[in-house]
Amino acid sequence: MTILQVENASISFGGVKALQNISFHVKKDEVFSIIGPNGAGKTTLFNLISRIYDLKEGSLFFKGVDATNLSTHQIAKLGIARTFQNTELFEQETVLNNLLIGNHIHRKTSLLQEIIFDRKTRNQEMEFRENVEAIIDLLDLQAYRYQKISNLPYGIRKLVEIARALSMKPELILLDEPSSGLNPEETEDLIFQIEDLRAELGITVLMIEHDMNLVSQISDRVMAIADGQTLIVGHPKEVQDHAEVIRAYLG
Amino acid sequence: MEIIQLLISGMSQGCVYGLIALGFVLIYKATEMVNFAQGDLMMLGAFLSYTFVSVLNFPFMLGIIAAIGSMAAIGAITERLAIRPMIGEPHFSVLMVTIGLGFIFRAASGFIWGSEPKTLDTPYAGQILKINNIIIGYENIVILMATILLCASLVLFFRFTTTGKAMQAASQNQLAAMYVGISVRKINTLVWAVSASVSAAAGILIAPVSLIDPQMGFIGIKAFAAAIVGGFGSLPGAIIGGLIIGIAEQFAGLYLPSGFSEVTAYIILLIVLIARPHGIFTSMHIKKV
Repeated sequence: MTILQVENASISFGGVKALQNISFHVKKDEVFSIIGPNGAGKTTLFNLISRIYDLKEGSLFFKGVDATNLSTHQIAKLGIARTFQNTELFEQETVLNNLLIGNHIHRKTSLLQEIIFDRKTRNQEMEFRENVEAIIDLLDLQAYRYQKISNLPYGIRKLVEIARALSMKPELILLDEPSSGLNPEETEDLIFQIEDLRAELGITVLMIEHDMNLVSQISDRVMAIADGQTLIVGHPKEVQDHAEVIRAYLG
Repeated sequence: MEIIQLLISGMSQGCVYGLIALGFVLIYKATEMVNFAQGDLMMLGAFLSYTFVSVLNFPFMLGIIAAIGSMAAIGAITERLAIRPMIGEPHFSVLMVTIGLGFIFRAASGFIWGSEPKTLDTPYAGQILKINNIIIGYENIVILMATILLCASLVLFFRFTTTGKAMQAASQNQLAAMYVGISVRKINTLVWAVSASVSAAAGILIAPVSLIDPQMGFIGIKAFAAAIVGGFGSLPGAIIGGLIIGIAEQFAGLYLPSGFSEVTAYIILLIVLIARPHGIFTSMHIKKV
């Protein structure tokens, strides 16, 4: 079953065509990776899907819903969460608060109910906290719960960002270079964590990644892009051995 | 005795500066822009309370609530019509828009209410509290109590409500806020509404002390100094900055040659900028790229 479908996506900045006629689809429960040299348009593609940029041409469907003209926060409500290459966290807050705000879209209480702090609000707070604690356990973040983001090492921050995305209970998660800046052990852990996302939480993963070892270990399918165009979509091995992909990487 | 009296009147004047400064800081934290029409929003709030209470003869509390509510609406409409179209424009252009808004608000209120100063009829006008030899005007007590009440409700709002938390989130990282599903545009409109109503409250509080006229918004400049003294990004800092300036002004008025009182705010501003360039309560952090 297709969960995300991108059709003929094109975008240009000034005269530069950043993406040209990109079409692909992501199936439910798969790990789909996007590879390509720097400047190929990978992050631009993510920004299109999360609706930071407008599509010049083409369309975007999520779970059969036309998402081409939705706004970023509506995309979040629809069930797509995202992380960034250099992390975008609430730096002055604790890990716990960063994860709790991830529940924002699931709020069901009104301002009045929150002011009087009625039973529904209290139950909701409890439910959110339980949700967040489950994610903290899953990603082994117990030791950092009350620490401020700005005091944490890079690897942990990347993990917190994934945790925040998970607390939104998304159906699809976009990971922008999850392994960049991680040390080898952290990268090794990341492989298991991504496997867990799929196996335990049933979340589909769309990921941009440079580490070919990681890509080939966990991806079901891989798309290679270069200069804003699709080179090939296929199984990791197939893509890795593709002549044009090798040429794009080696120049 | 004199000192205590000065302290109290300084504190009440400082609370008014602090509340307007709070208005500046709220908008700055959310949108990284400085609204130079903040003092004029205060002035509009004062005029509206005058209209509701003294012209339309609303019961006092109801009139105040109506004035603050209308100012929330005016704040939201201003954001929607004048500020939102400026998203993505240089800071300088946005700043010019707010200066222009100030002129419009002053001209409009001169047109509607005339340039003759007005007084707000309050149930506590002219009443004094006498403890031993200390004489305190009720206006001052009301200002202090109302400021404490207002600050407490803002703290609760930011700490416990979804909207308050979403505002904090958006002010720390707009991009991240959007991705967790917060409508940052809606939040910005709301921030203007809150900021305008806090300023309106300041205007209503100072009305019995100073008189209402279209030029009264110029004390916004002193409030701006208070916001900088407080760190321009810190909400408690804004109030404390206001208090420092308010109190210093009163003492300068008594102990220093005439004229000093008017420039005290700026002298303090200069001292703070030299000694602690980021203000007393630094919350700003330089973004690393």
